[in-house]
Amino acid sequence: MKIGTPKETFAGEHRVAMTPESAQQLQKLGHECLIESGAGDAAGFADEKYKEAGVEVVKTAAALWKAADVLAKVRVPDETEMKKLSDGQTLISFFSPVADEAKMQAAAKKGATVVAMEMIPRISRAQKMDALSSMANIAGYRAVIEAGNNFGRFFTGQITAAGKVPPAKVLVVGAGVAGLAAIGTSTSLGAITLAFDVRPEVAEQVESMGAEFVYLDFEEEQQDGSASGGYASVSSPEFREAQLAKFRELAPEVDIVITTALIPNREAPELWTEDMVAAMKPGSVIIDLAAEKGGNCKQTVADEKIVTDNGVTIIGYTDFPSRMATQASTLYATNIRHLLTDLTPEKDGVINHNMDDDVIRGATIAHGKEVTFPPPKPKVAAIAAAPKKEKAKELTPEEKRAKEIAAFKTQTRNQVSLLAIGGALLLAVGLVAPASFMQHFIVFVLAVFVGFQVIWGVAHSLHTPLMAITNAISSIIILGAIMQIGSGSALVVILAALSVFMCGINIFGGFLVTRRMLAMFQKS
Amino acid sequence: MEFGFTTAAYVVAAILFILSLGGLSGQESAKRAVWYGIVGMALAVAATLIGPGSGFWLLSLILIAGGGAIGYQLATKVQMTQMPELVAAMHSLVGLAAVFVGLIAHFEIGRVADYLAGGGDPYELGTFAALIAKKTAVEINILRVELFLGVFIGAVTFTGSVIAYGKLSGRVGSSATKLPGGHMLNAGAAILSFFCLIWYFNSGGFFPLFIMTLAALFIGYHLIMGIGGADMPVVVSMLNSYSGWAAAAIGFSLGNDLLIVVGALVGSSGAILSYIMCKAMNRSFISVILGGFGGTSGPQMEVEGEQVAIEVDGVATLLNEADSVIIIPGYGMAVAQAQQAVSELVKKLRAKGKNVRFAIHPVAGRLPGHMNVLLAEAKVPYDIVMEMDEINEDFPSTDVAIVIGSNDIVNPAAQDDPNSPIAGMPVLECWKAKNVIVSKRGQGTGYSGIENPLFFKDNTRMLYGDAKASLDKLLPLID
Repeated sequence: MKIGTPKETFAGEHRVAMTPESAQQLQKLGHECLIESGAGDAAGFADEKYKEAGVEVVKTAAALWKAADVLAKVRVPDETEMKKLSDGQTLISFFSPVADEAKMQAAAKKGATVVAMEMIPRISRAQKMDALSSMANIAGYRAVIEAGNNFGRFFTGQITAAGKVPPAKVLVVGAGVAGLAAIGTSTSLGAITLAFDVRPEVAEQVESMGAEFVYLDFEEEQQDGSASGGYASVSSPEFREAQLAKFRELAPEVDIVITTALIPNREAPELWTEDMVAAMKPGSVIIDLAAEKGGNCKQTVADEKIVTDNGVTIIGYTDFPSRMATQASTLYATNIRHLLTDLTPEKDGVINHNMDDDVIRGATIAHGKEVTFPPPKPKVAAIAAAPKKEKAKELTPEEKRAKEIAAFKTQTRNQVSLLAIGGALLLAVGLVAPASFMQHFIVFVLAVFVGFQVIWGVAHSLHTPLMAITNAISSIIILGAIMQIGSGSALVVILAALSVFMCGINIFGGFLVTRRMLAMFQKS
Repeated sequence: MEFGFTTAAYVVAAILFILSLGGLSGQESAKRAVWYGIVGMALAVAATLIGPGSGFWLLSLILIAGGGAIGYQLATKVQMTQMPELVAAMHSLVGLAAVFVGLIAHFEIGRVADYLAGGGDPYELGTFAALIAKKTAVEINILRVELFLGVFIGAVTFTGSVIAYGKLSGRVGSSATKLPGGHMLNAGAAILSFFCLIWYFNSGGFFPLFIMTLAALFIGYHLIMGIGGADMPVVVSMLNSYSGWAAAAIGFSLGNDLLIVVGALVGSSGAILSYIMCKAMNRSFISVILGGFGGTSGPQMEVEGEQVAIEVDGVATLLNEADSVIIIPGYGMAVAQAQQAVSELVKKLRAKGKNVRFAIHPVAGRLPGHMNVLLAEAKVPYDIVMEMDEINEDFPSTDVAIVIGSNDIVNPAAQDDPNSPIAGMPVLECWKAKNVIVSKRGQGTGYSGIENPLFFKDNTRMLYGDAKASLDKLLPLID
């Protein structure tokens, strides 16, 4: 099949859906690659590079759309491009089935197949083609860099000869892929980073990136992200209030706010209200990564940088990935390449659009003259449901102390009662048994005690040698046989002789095999 | 006749035995510990031969030497995978010896009584007879109870160990089988033995002792027949404990403190091992002995998803890209004799600077510490072989976990599903690793018949086929 990538027509879009490297990989799958002349220029990939990689460079977009069987793009096609789309062609690009519903209908009517990159299901197997994640990663990184560009101070705190510099305080709202990338970048620049998310299970991830998770004082059970495929969903009004109250408390302290809260197929929730912006220090920066969907801050203007009256900079760029076009193109092209690998199972250059495959089915929104959105529920759950856990309560020092005392008391009680019972039993035996028995009995009890103390110290890895050696020494029973072997009666002699013989086997066998085993244990 | 010298030798021997067991706390000190044990044993035997042994000491030496030759053959020829069988076989010998020595004691009591009635001097009959002769009627009765117990425990140990040996070596089917009547038969035999004890206590005749011996032999046989293969670690350590208690009981009847001390040491050692094994399976000792898994309280969780297979080249790619690897061996590795191949794999991976470690569950294999011995045989350095508690927290930061021939010990249902038969059993949390590779013969469930949700997880890939064959194919692909 011929896979073609046209130059992006969207103003300011620098990315390209095919790189020379990904083209080479695609050719290994048996495909031919085409690219429109100049498509990679903005991302730093010259036509010559593509030619070197065996890609045919086509002069015009029209020629390319005509020649290609599969079109790989970044942005959703515009009206002119939609006209060039023809029956039997496959289009792979970002394509929102909600926002671009008319285009989806048109494509289906024409008989084209449309694979929407944002519809790739969030399951482990499909991670390699999850372009939303790879783009979000870039956006998160770039958001911190943009913030730094507009922030008048260092991120890291320093004490210099010229005075003390406080560290910047960064708040990241929403710990999805973009949020985590922002956290990682921000902490590595040295800022104090706080992070919030409605899904409490991401707290661990946040903390692993070196940020502090902002917990709410909120009783109601928080969301379980697994129910919605790992994405956040709408929260209850009470929860929202608790969340906003916490943000209000943080607003005067933080220098940089990065909001990344998005709910699939909905307008972005308002999380950073006007009064919070007003409460921030002059010179602070807000990066609103949700600007495209209306913004988490209502003052955000999409694609623009504004400065409020109190000197807070609000950045609403929506093209963060495109601002790092080389990196973004490399990752996106790899995502596309992985998708095509799954579409070409035989590696023979023939596309097999398997609608039974969860991933392919989920991402396909138009196929065989029909709209195939929304997809049926996938067979494999995105993320295993988190078991409802009782969160261990943080104990106060007094409670801890009380618990320790209680544990100590029960331990003492157990020990004392055991001793009492054991003592009583021994006493009972002593009352009945003659003194000669008790002498041996003392030895026995003490030996059991010593045995218990000693054996607990034996290393787990040496349990087999322990068994072999105890085996050997339990043949001490040979003493009993030796003592009686000379006692006269034929029966006794025979039995004793047999016992001595068997014990002999055991003693030698046991010790030797133990030695053999122990000799094998070597240190590296 | 007093043997001050013998007693002194016994004290030294007892201390050496204690040091010998205590020395097993570390791999290096253990090498010294065996020598303590050997010297202690030599001392005890020599002192007995010279002292109270009297008469026929040449015969004794010849017999010991003969037994020793066989023991030497066994110890040097045995495969490390056969260790469980060897240990079980040796237990059976100790048990049988205990039965014999107990019977001898019984005959001696009779002979001394006859002799005294005839007006002779019992001191001529040897030290043990002399000891008996001095005893009062009450002491003789106590002596009877002691030897009765010694014979009972010895007989149970003997047949139990023989059956355990048969199951471990595959001569007897490893599944749990019971005669009709189940545990009632055991209980009946035990009650019969108890009545025999009373009878024997009163009459002192050989017949009740004989009946009890038969009953005890039956109990040993039937008890172990009813326990399945995966519970063998508990069974073997339990028999180990029994052989110790048998020695202690015989020691009581012979009035020999060294026997008592050693019996108590071995008995408590086996008891602790059994306890550790039971705890590692989260089951009570009783439920293991009574066989089968404990009652479940509700339907088990449905397992969703499918098992995804992987080929060796896929495994090779994963391993080549991984930085940290944890290998979890189980009984399947021993069955497939794959430990050498595993060792080769580890050597290759470590040579590339990867962090490779082993995670050993306490009940992996058929004997406590079985896996450690197998890996040691294959020259895997012991400092990369970790216990469950040491390594469980490291799984989330591990790239690849390889499960070779283990099943229940890596079953997440033990933690997630309160209705699972193994709920609450501590398990190795390998599913927290980024990728899990399970080397397994086929799609079936393990010994316990419990479905393992690990195999259905998104990050799990199944490498079907014989573990050794798979690893041999994998080795050349690691570069």
